[in-house]
Amino acid sequence: MSFPWAKPYEPTHPLMKWMDEKLPIPRLVYNATGPGYPVPRNLNYFWNFGVLAGAALMIQIITGIVLAMHYAANADVAFNSVEHIMRDVNAGWFIRYAHMNGASMFFIVVYLHIFRGLYYGSYKAPREMVWLLGVVIFLLMMATAFMGYVLPWGQMSFWGAQVITGFFSAIPLVGEPVREWLLGGFVPDNATLNRFFSLHYLLPFVILGVIILHIWALHIPGSSNPTGIEVKDEQDTVPFHPYYTAKDGFGVGVFLLVFVALTFFSPNTLGHADNYIPANSLSTPAHIVPEWYFLPFYAILKAFTFNFLWIDAKLWGVIAMFASIALLFFLPWLDSSPIKSSNYRPLYRIFFWILVADVLLLGWCGMQPAEQPWVILSQLGAIYYFAHFLVILPIVSRIERPLPMPNSITEAVLAKHATDATSASATA
Amino acid sequence: MASETELNAGIEDGVRRRDFINIAAVSFAGVGSVAVVLPLLNQMNPSADVLALSSTEIDISAIQPGQAIKTSWRKQPVFVRNLVAKEIAEAKAVPMGDLRDPETIDQRTKPGKENWLITLGVCTHLGCVPLGAAEGENRGDFGGYFCPCHGSHYDTAARIRKGPAPKNLVVPPYEFTSDTVVTIG
Repeated sequence: MSFPWAKPYEPTHPLMKWMDEKLPIPRLVYNATGPGYPVPRNLNYFWNFGVLAGAALMIQIITGIVLAMHYAANADVAFNSVEHIMRDVNAGWFIRYAHMNGASMFFIVVYLHIFRGLYYGSYKAPREMVWLLGVVIFLLMMATAFMGYVLPWGQMSFWGAQVITGFFSAIPLVGEPVREWLLGGFVPDNATLNRFFSLHYLLPFVILGVIILHIWALHIPGSSNPTGIEVKDEQDTVPFHPYYTAKDGFGVGVFLLVFVALTFFSPNTLGHADNYIPANSLSTPAHIVPEWYFLPFYAILKAFTFNFLWIDAKLWGVIAMFASIALLFFLPWLDSSPIKSSNYRPLYRIFFWILVADVLLLGWCGMQPAEQPWVILSQLGAIYYFAHFLVILPIVSRIERPLPMPNSITEAVLAKHATDATSASATA
Repeated sequence: MASETELNAGIEDGVRRRDFINIAAVSFAGVGSVAVVLPLLNQMNPSADVLALSSTEIDISAIQPGQAIKTSWRKQPVFVRNLVAKEIAEAKAVPMGDLRDPETIDQRTKPGKENWLITLGVCTHLGCVPLGAAEGENRGDFGGYFCPCHGSHYDTAARIRKGPAPKNLVVPPYEFTSDTVVTIG
């Protein structure tokens, strides 16, 4: 499970020896995040985002448990109970703003974590299972975030619930009964709010469980690294503690700075003013949009405005939106290039950045009303998104000629060090 | 401890008593688990109080030709529109082949009352409330209703003409209890 040169756990204190025989948790921690876990020596700051996502989840769980002590999941009083938290509960405004913006921070770091995985080919063998579990976590996060957004029972909560459960009504024949089953009624109402609260409380712990599997699967081959070359011997690695505990600690500090800046100085920037209007089942807000982290997928949904073949526009939109995420499950096999890091993939790197621009464009289109030119831009963006994974990636990974690669992580590090030294002496 | 020979004693067809017990026990547990899952799934369906379809009575005497009102039935919005002759003529002039969900205006109204168009105000795409019932709202490219969420346009008979929605606005079950009162549900 680890490299042969991993430092063995050898408790000296009698209490620790006793503990090691009865319940070896200190051994587990030592071998997972301590000196007993060797990690490539060349990880850059993009490797911080896994730990940051974990920190964000813990913040969400802690603030969420506290909020649940004051929130009432009943359609008649839910909105007022959130206002009660904001105005009456001691420090309630802080806890709720932290939870609201914590969700955004969680998605920011997870998107950067996915970005890292895509750029450095972290999804490739032998880490496919790590990637697959990551996509599962991403889906669970989306479900959790959506249900959490419904709880304040404002206009966006209500209409978000209406639109998103509407996705299921696109399923032929059983769609409408499935939707009524999900809602427990014909429109989102008390039954919906109660079950969403129950599941919103449950799912973070499911996410926690899948994260344990994600880390377990990661620790079998060990972390990838910016060169994409696998670890060959001891000099390629350093122990996780103290090297990466320190580096991650610094990352957590920066993360918290951004997080508190957002929470204290701009807590409503990423939200929608309409959600401070109580839910009204007879009036849809003039412009309904999901939270920012769903926008690219929402644009793909909105891109389908016409029937095609025997499938209607509504079902196409829903299929395309789910497919845009489901596609990620197949990524390890769509990209057949053995080279992991984009640093050595000149052709892939170009298309990678076009994909990043395309997702940002889709996000922008998702925010806009259903009018031209946004519809056509969403359509082009959606076509490119699917083309990247299904056409460009398989072709590029076959025809590309990679750049010359170093023989080992150490060679890459020393070469970089030598260049830095030369340029330093040249300037001196 | 029973030896292998003892366990297999007296069995010619190769099926042991233990195989039978295994299959029976696992089947019994399987049927039992499914039986427990059913109520756990069914509890999510609309409960009796939600299903109790309260019928709604609407007084339509105050709705002038060309006007529409928005009311609610089963917590869903309902549009009641008093169509003008021009709107009816427009709806009748559309060839069936142009419609995504072909229905005539006669099929969508009651005989002799074809100026009264009563539909749910729920877009058949993803369930937003379309605009067009209130004075001055955008009625879309076909003069009926327009859903701003994802841009579905409905015509004067509230039939889908453009955009992502698959179906016409739903006509709920209703009848005229008198010339001026409609009971929905």
